[in-house]
Amino acid sequence: MSPVVHMMLFQCINFGKEILQEMDGFWQALGRAVGLIVGGDAELIGIVGLSLRVSLGAVAVACLIGLPLGAAVGAFRFPGRAAASVVLNALMGLPPVVVGLVVYLMLSAAGPFGVLGLLYTPAAMTIAQTILVAPIVAALTRQVVEDLDREYAEQFASLGVGPLRRLTALLWDARYALLTVALAGFGRAVAEVGAVMIVGGNIAHATRTMTTAIALETSKGNLELALALGVVLVAIAVAVTGAAMTLRASAARLAYA
Amino acid sequence: MIRRAPVLLLAALLAGAAAAEERFIILQSTTSTRNSGLFDFILPKFRASTGIEARVVAVGTGQAIRNAARGDGDVLLVHDREAEERFVAAGHGGARHDVMYNDFAIVGPAADPARIAGARDAAAALAAIARARAVFASRGDDSGTHKAELRLWRAAGIDPAAHSGTWYRETGSGMGATLNTGVGMGAYVLTDRATWIAFGNKRGHRIAVEGDPRLFNQYGVVAVSKARHPRAKAALARRFVDWILSDEGQAAIASYRVDGQQLFFPNAARRGRVR
Amino acid sequence: MPETALLSARGLAFEAGGGRPVDGVDIDVRAGASVAVMGANGAGKSLLLRLLHGLIAPAAGEVRWRGGPLDRAARRAQAMVFQRPVMLRRSVGANLRFALAARGIAGAERAARQEEAVERARLRGLAHRPARVLSAGEQQRLAVARALACAPELLLLDEPTASLDPASTQAVEALIREARESGVATVTVTHDAGQARRLADELVFLDAGRVAEAGSTAQVLDAPRSEPARAWLEGRLHVGAAR
Repeated sequence: MSPVVHMMLFQCINFGKEILQEMDGFWQALGRAVGLIVGGDAELIGIVGLSLRVSLGAVAVACLIGLPLGAAVGAFRFPGRAAASVVLNALMGLPPVVVGLVVYLMLSAAGPFGVLGLLYTPAAMTIAQTILVAPIVAALTRQVVEDLDREYAEQFASLGVGPLRRLTALLWDARYALLTVALAGFGRAVAEVGAVMIVGGNIAHATRTMTTAIALETSKGNLELALALGVVLVAIAVAVTGAAMTLRASAARLAYA
Repeated sequence: MIRRAPVLLLAALLAGAAAAEERFIILQSTTSTRNSGLFDFILPKFRASTGIEARVVAVGTGQAIRNAARGDGDVLLVHDREAEERFVAAGHGGARHDVMYNDFAIVGPAADPARIAGARDAAAALAAIARARAVFASRGDDSGTHKAELRLWRAAGIDPAAHSGTWYRETGSGMGATLNTGVGMGAYVLTDRATWIAFGNKRGHRIAVEGDPRLFNQYGVVAVSKARHPRAKAALARRFVDWILSDEGQAAIASYRVDGQQLFFPNAARRGRVR
Repeated sequence: MPETALLSARGLAFEAGGGRPVDGVDIDVRAGASVAVMGANGAGKSLLLRLLHGLIAPAAGEVRWRGGPLDRAARRAQAMVFQRPVMLRRSVGANLRFALAARGIAGAERAARQEEAVERARLRGLAHRPARVLSAGEQQRLAVARALACAPELLLLDEPTASLDPASTQAVEALIREARESGVATVTVTHDAGQARRLADELVFLDAGRVAEAGSTAQVLDAPRSEPARAWLEGRLHVGAAR
């Protein structure tokens, strides 16, 4: 065997050992993270709770704004409608860091809304995530409602359905698709780190979420713990989505074909 | 203003909660102090002593100072004396006080391509790194550590910016992220000792250069001026500054240890009793 | 004309893709009348129905309702049933209530009319079922009953049985005949000469967007005077006037 091949082989074996050691550390850390949750560790549960509170709150407010807005763009014909669709679709890609920065400048003591004293609070994080999620909800709602409206339009026109009733009927009849829309928004919110880091400040016991905690542990070099927290975050996202889909399925069995 | 409505709604919703937790201050500080675990150790003691909660926003020194200059914080605890004094001179804060120090070190891969291990002269070591074109990971984020690093390059007579993107890599990130990057690239990194000792992803990296007086790292504290920033909680901030400069606060800093090593050395000038 | 027609169209035209799929149609529907509209595929039957209902705007000509304009109030006196029934993703009862509410029928009256419509469509016991799990025939019965629940003076039907089996077709036709007997005027687009005889006293035969022939159903079907109608009835392909 040539010395080069020998050397490469040696490095491969070493690398394999290293990976195994890393995985060992990861499983230990994951066990620790799960243990903390199951054991009711107040700090981790507080972090998980804040993540859920902020992200679900943002999704709720984003739905209040995005559902009627998206439905209106999807169902009504008005000048600039095509442009509105393009803008909504483009805003889905808003960079969280930019949104965080803009919200920071708005809420900063030196900014226009500084008097509210919201910077470095969960409210500020909810506002930032609302701005990130609302375009997603609005853009996807527009698509869903536009498709449904294509089916309903003539029947509604024939019945003489007014604009408001039309909007609410389309939203209600699209409710199962719109649940998926809300979940897409939740996914964006709960996984986002750039905006909450800037406007929340990642303050322990006050504004630390799962994602900012993961970023913090990574920066401390605690990679296994960071990864374990990541797995916990994914598990929570799966649990929320699963709960929503179960709700949808049982409601659908009752009322929908 | 479509956005104003939800803002006000949320503000109203949170008004009740905010009133209940008025007794806290925002401490604008650095990643090195937070990541080393110092705050987790001393802030509960501060709270026990005064009943005041200190909430830490940990960013680079440059950003911490800019945040405080916008009024987004009550106390500044960072490590860039010149910048702190400019902050005070601009009227954003009251007096600046020395709080504690530790030191910087240059860490590098075990292979030591620039052959600087064991050197005492930090500037000469940087010059050796440049000569060897060995990879160096810089914070590149206007932080206190970044400023200290740039002072060392000046002392070595080298302009690293000219080599940015080749062997000189600016991460634009915090201390921990830069260490992660440096370890991943096999690069030399200038780090504060506290972050390094508490850092969990060292792999083969070790301290190459330490002990140069120019690696001294002084932390200072400034209360944000209420005259300039009316929302600043001046009275509570005053309590924090008094406490951390007091015998009790200084002793708390001195007693924080990781793996048996002291990370920060209190050096406040002797002052009066704590109120 | 001794009485004003319920609905009358004069010179009705519709433009699409540079052509006129409906061009210069005159038609009168008296109160209580039953009219069938026939013609080959692409003759403009469905478009004519939508023009009469005001779902699309004519490029030329106009539709008058009781001598006045075809406004919102006039449209509320009409109802339309589409070839494929459009059912909301709700229960049978909710579909009926939605239509009645859209027509401004108040709560108590709504419940009574819903009950009546379920009965009429012979969907008793299915009121709480999601409308979209019903069979195609049940859905079309519901669609006709929903239209009739709005108490229209004119019922427009666009090939209402085109996708139904014979039994379902019979059931839907029975509903339409009941409506006719109670004095509702009907305009039915159909491809089925037998259905035209069963449902309509008058027949309008369209060819390439124009009225080729109009008269009593029996006369047009038994002794067609126009070439397009003759060709269609004999199963020949008639090439419409080039335009």
